[in-house]
Amino acid sequence: MEGLVEFARSIWGLWLMILFVGIVAWTFWPSRRQKLEEHGKIPFKNDPD
Amino acid sequence: MAVAATAGVVPARRDYVEDVVQAFVVATVFWGVVGFLMGTIIAFQLAYPVLNLDLEWTSFGRLRPVHTSAVIFAFGGNALLGTSFYVVQRTCRARLFGGEQLGWFVFWGYQLFIVLAATGYVTGITQSREYAEPEWFVDLWLTIVWVAYLVAFFGTVLKREEPHIYVANWFYLAFIVTIAMLHIVNNLALPVSFMGTKSYSLFAGVQDALTQWWYGHNAVGFFLTAGFLAMMYYFVPKQAERPVYSYRLSIIHFWALIFLYIWAGPHHLHYTALPDWAQVLGMTFSIMLWMPSWGGMINGLMTLSGAWDKLRTDPVLRFLVVSVAFYGMSTFEGPLMSIRQVNALSHYTDWTVGHVHSGALGWVAFVTFGAVYYLVPRLWGAQRLYSLRLVEWHFWVATLGIVLYITAMWVSGIMQGLMWRSFDHLGFLQFSFIETVEAMHPYYVIRAFGGVLFLLGALIMVYNLIRTMRGEIREEEAMVVTLPAGARAAPAE
Amino acid sequence: MTLDHGFVEKRGFLLLLLILVTVSIGGIVQIAPLFSIESTIERVQGMRPYSPLELVGRNIYIREGCYNCHSQMIRPFRDEVERYGHFSLAAESMYDHPFQWGSKRTGPDLARVGGKYSNDWQTVHLVNPRSVVPESIMPGYPFLLERDLRAADIAAHLRTLRAVGVPYTEEMIEQAVADLHAQAAPEGDHDSVLERYPKASVGDHDGQPERLTEMDALVAYLQILGRMVDFTAIRAEDLRQ
Repeated sequence: MEGLVEFARSIWGLWLMILFVGIVAWTFWPSRRQKLEEHGKIPFKNDPD
Repeated sequence: MAVAATAGVVPARRDYVEDVVQAFVVATVFWGVVGFLMGTIIAFQLAYPVLNLDLEWTSFGRLRPVHTSAVIFAFGGNALLGTSFYVVQRTCRARLFGGEQLGWFVFWGYQLFIVLAATGYVTGITQSREYAEPEWFVDLWLTIVWVAYLVAFFGTVLKREEPHIYVANWFYLAFIVTIAMLHIVNNLALPVSFMGTKSYSLFAGVQDALTQWWYGHNAVGFFLTAGFLAMMYYFVPKQAERPVYSYRLSIIHFWALIFLYIWAGPHHLHYTALPDWAQVLGMTFSIMLWMPSWGGMINGLMTLSGAWDKLRTDPVLRFLVVSVAFYGMSTFEGPLMSIRQVNALSHYTDWTVGHVHSGALGWVAFVTFGAVYYLVPRLWGAQRLYSLRLVEWHFWVATLGIVLYITAMWVSGIMQGLMWRSFDHLGFLQFSFIETVEAMHPYYVIRAFGGVLFLLGALIMVYNLIRTMRGEIREEEAMVVTLPAGARAAPAE
Repeated sequence: MTLDHGFVEKRGFLLLLLILVTVSIGGIVQIAPLFSIESTIERVQGMRPYSPLELVGRNIYIREGCYNCHSQMIRPFRDEVERYGHFSLAAESMYDHPFQWGSKRTGPDLARVGGKYSNDWQTVHLVNPRSVVPESIMPGYPFLLERDLRAADIAAHLRTLRAVGVPYTEEMIEQAVADLHAQAAPEGDHDSVLERYPKASVGDHDGQPERLTEMDALVAYLQILGRMVDFTAIRAEDLRQ
């Protein structure tokens, strides 16, 4: 058990990589495209300044 | 405007807190001129040491922190605070939390911090921590002001009407909380007495060095980068009149940038007494940082895709876009210089100074100029800027200044680094230290003139802005370039 | 769309929390071990706290912003070791609150400037650098020679430093004012000063034996730089980090 925890800690770079790939996959998942890109229009929803 | 129409929401003009933002804009411009002037003065001191005047208040050692603090915290800081209040209210469609009162407290509190810090440096009250020179009592005051700032900003985010928090606000928020963390940890010190100004850092030697450069590099990462990227994510789309190129890329940009930046500090301490494992860690993360930096640059630049022609006719947009290009250049140079073998040559030389200024003048100042030119007509209710031609002049004079500055520093830095390490055929050091100092003189003169040009550009801006604030408009030819037939073959989208 | 404010607010706090976690990891992983790993500081002989006069001189060095142009960190390269001396050790700044490694060499490194020049040379150079180095671009500091040293509260400084970890003894604190004057006096009790602070530069430093000026303190500080550690007694394994 101890050895397993030790091993899991030693490959921290891999965990970070998985987390990163996960975030990228979540963000760029095709079905989310519409919803997320819509947020880019927020600055234009504002008053006619 | 096409985008607003498709969004389908055009609410009536809201009761935003605007006079505080106005004051921040004025302070930005004022401190900018002061900071550029101080920089120019100390640049001439390096070329002509007689300008130190042999007085304690005017020597390079005391004025250099005045310059760095004036441009980073006074010019940059006021720009960040002011634009963050402007942007957060509009992208959240909510009035500033705490209203006018809290806004004015943050404004005057911050100006007091600047004045206390600067008068301290001139009279010799300093902690000697680069970019964190103010002594303990000034640090405490800034902490109070910063908490008030966080409350005003985050309170506005919490009471927003817009369901989503726009990405610019993420960057502003990361800037605010990370700077708070860095400021508090790096300034942990014990005062000698509560009536005196002197304190001693809680840390010593190698631990103190790493804490300071963890702070110092992230003052660049979160003050001069994350905060100004927030400005990019609002003002570039607004001025280009199109949404950011990829909102999804901006999400990746944000998390990757703030995660990686915080590790990069040790690259300021290569080959020092800092243990090697920390140096290698700092180098590795600095190189990785190149990726999110360029992701952000691409996102900013590509926002103009389909509207590149606006660069010809809109000098304000040109300031914003060229700033992003400079951001790309300095964030390529930075990882390069963080490689230990390259750093062995560049460290301690003017190359570092040139690198900082390509970021500070090209990125931070240019994106700020763009934002200020965007804000002033809107905040003062003017139809448009007094003169776009003068913006054009400002742009070219300042750009020429930057080019002179950074090329002079590249040459002098690399030259000095090479001179230090050259040996003659008998195996002796080829140059004494003072010979390398002498060799840098022409480049110090060129650099100082680069600074003069940059200052001159800022003065042109001041004139233009004052006329704009008075509601005046200069009769001038519109900035339209006649295009050769067929040049606009591809219509926008 | 009706807004659930509880949820919206929670998302604001969630964002804040995630940012804090993300930006904390790097600092914790890098900085925390430096305080605990025993090998960060090399085991060498000779390091001692600054004498009261050196400490005041060091504070003048900080006040004038010398660190803006002078580093105190020699890197392990052939040219630097030849130009300045043995590369700097972490141990050599273990009592430096704050550190003065610097980041720029507009002027030369000062980590081992102690003993390289005479007191007279240092004083003349500080008053007018171009009188001894014509090409120098360093500012002149003539006012240091004119200003009497004010350090009545020196014991409080030592006590503060002890609180942050510098091993000043009760005796050092009690004798702080006496030591300060004795170190700079031409005919002071140099023996007691040297017993408490070995290798300290004693006697008049600024060419004005009748006065104790800021110049005395600054030169005394410059003269101890890099001289504390005994490099003849060092073995390679002592330097392992």
